[in-house]
Amino acid sequence: MAERERGRTPPYGGVFVARSTILDEAAVARAVKRMAHEIIERNQGLEDVVLIGLQTGGVPFAEAIVAALSDIEKVAVPLGRLDVAFYRDDLNLRPVLPEAATDVDFDINRKIVVIVDDVLFTGRTIRAALDAIMDQGRPKAIQLAAMVDRGHRELPIRPDYVGKNIPTKRSEVVNATLEVVELGEVQR
Amino acid sequence: MRHFLSTTDLHADDLSDILQLADSFSEVLSRDIPKVPALRGKTVVLAFFEDSTRTRTSFDLAARRLSADVVNFSASSSSTKKGESLRDTIQTIDAMGVDGIVLRHGSSGTPSQIVPWTSAAVVNAGDGWHAHPSQALLDCYTITQHRQRNGQIGRRLDGMRIAICGDVNHSRVARSNVDAFTKLGAEVILVGPQTLMPASLEGWPVTAVSDLDEVIGDLDAIYLLRIQNERLEGPLLPSNREYRRRFGLTAERLVDLKPDAMILHPGPMNRGVELDPEAADDPRAVVTNQVASGVPIRMAILYRCLGLGKFPTPGLQETIDEDPR
Repeated sequence: MAERERGRTPPYGGVFVARSTILDEAAVARAVKRMAHEIIERNQGLEDVVLIGLQTGGVPFAEAIVAALSDIEKVAVPLGRLDVAFYRDDLNLRPVLPEAATDVDFDINRKIVVIVDDVLFTGRTIRAALDAIMDQGRPKAIQLAAMVDRGHRELPIRPDYVGKNIPTKRSEVVNATLEVVELGEVQR
Repeated sequence: MRHFLSTTDLHADDLSDILQLADSFSEVLSRDIPKVPALRGKTVVLAFFEDSTRTRTSFDLAARRLSADVVNFSASSSSTKKGESLRDTIQTIDAMGVDGIVLRHGSSGTPSQIVPWTSAAVVNAGDGWHAHPSQALLDCYTITQHRQRNGQIGRRLDGMRIAICGDVNHSRVARSNVDAFTKLGAEVILVGPQTLMPASLEGWPVTAVSDLDEVIGDLDAIYLLRIQNERLEGPLLPSNREYRRRFGLTAERLVDLKPDAMILHPGPMNRGVELDPEAADDPRAVVTNQVASGVPIRMAILYRCLGLGKFPTPGLQETIDEDPR
């Protein structure tokens, strides 16, 4: 069984123990590519489309999708990074990662903002991200891409693009990286 | 971090973490809407028993930028004037249900003294001759920011030689800055007349000299302390003119200062005493940057004390029954 230190990855500091592998590296790459195609299809091109990856898990996926988009359409899509720590409603449960700073160096007014996160769970991170984005301007639309949708939503939030739907128990933990998507638990 | 009383309570990594957090808040302050809801619903009381402009306004702004409610309290317009004791005043504030008390007081040790009298987080905004930790952090932040502009990325001050010049003995700024600068790796030299040096420097990781011209050419930063006439009693200084001649950063001494050195001053400046107007207006002076650093640093301090999600510790984890992603 693969054991890996999750380091300072929120919300746990324990050791993630994988029980089953859902996607391997090639399957993740295919899912990323498919999401890129869906983004182009939905928006009839990439005009006004910008991507914002959520710190820290969403950022590598946002980078991968931007790379896939430029492969397909030969245009550079602006990429931002957003840390929603200051907007959370469950602040006391979460560590603050000072190195995961917000970096959105383009104007989001009248843009189609695609939020990218690794795992969509309760929806609270996305709620915080919506507030954070609204504070920075008024986008034409906000869409949501999640590598994994694991269910258990606590808010009326749904993704527009999903890499993989995984039915889970609340106690389980999904680890999603560009190399592997696996289901397991965190041992403390 | 429950309270913020002195830099001496903090490890070098904590100091670096606060500097890094201040970077995130600088980004927030650069937005069109420079405000985040991180401390929404929290109440911060600014209890200032001693006059202050920049510390008070920047703590006030910092709390508001984090969406906290701010209550201003000053000794001159309160029941303290009617003879209420400090303990009664603090317990009265506490009874109203506040989350943080930012305290400025003329007597050393007051912030740690009030900790047992309140359930609020206590933040030291300067106490007597003892400590002014938020000033020390904003000075470190100003220096690291300045170094970053010159291509030296980092949250430490390794390899820097910094002189702190002036009335070290009566200065809480000097005490906190000596601690913070040396913890972050800088070499600190104290410069000033014998009468204004602490009686003993035992345990201070510094060297002391009484001739500014001896060291000025090797400095990466010179920190000029204000001559605090209100704290000086008796014949400690012959005259301001004599002080300026021996220890002031005069226009003539500016020539000896390295071209990439920094000139710092905690304000308010006595132009023509600690430093000449030419020095205050020199491009190497970062005094206004120091003021600008005040808000993000104090946001970081308030956030660490009042809003921080702590990295879960084993005892805390029973309360987390699910991945709150």
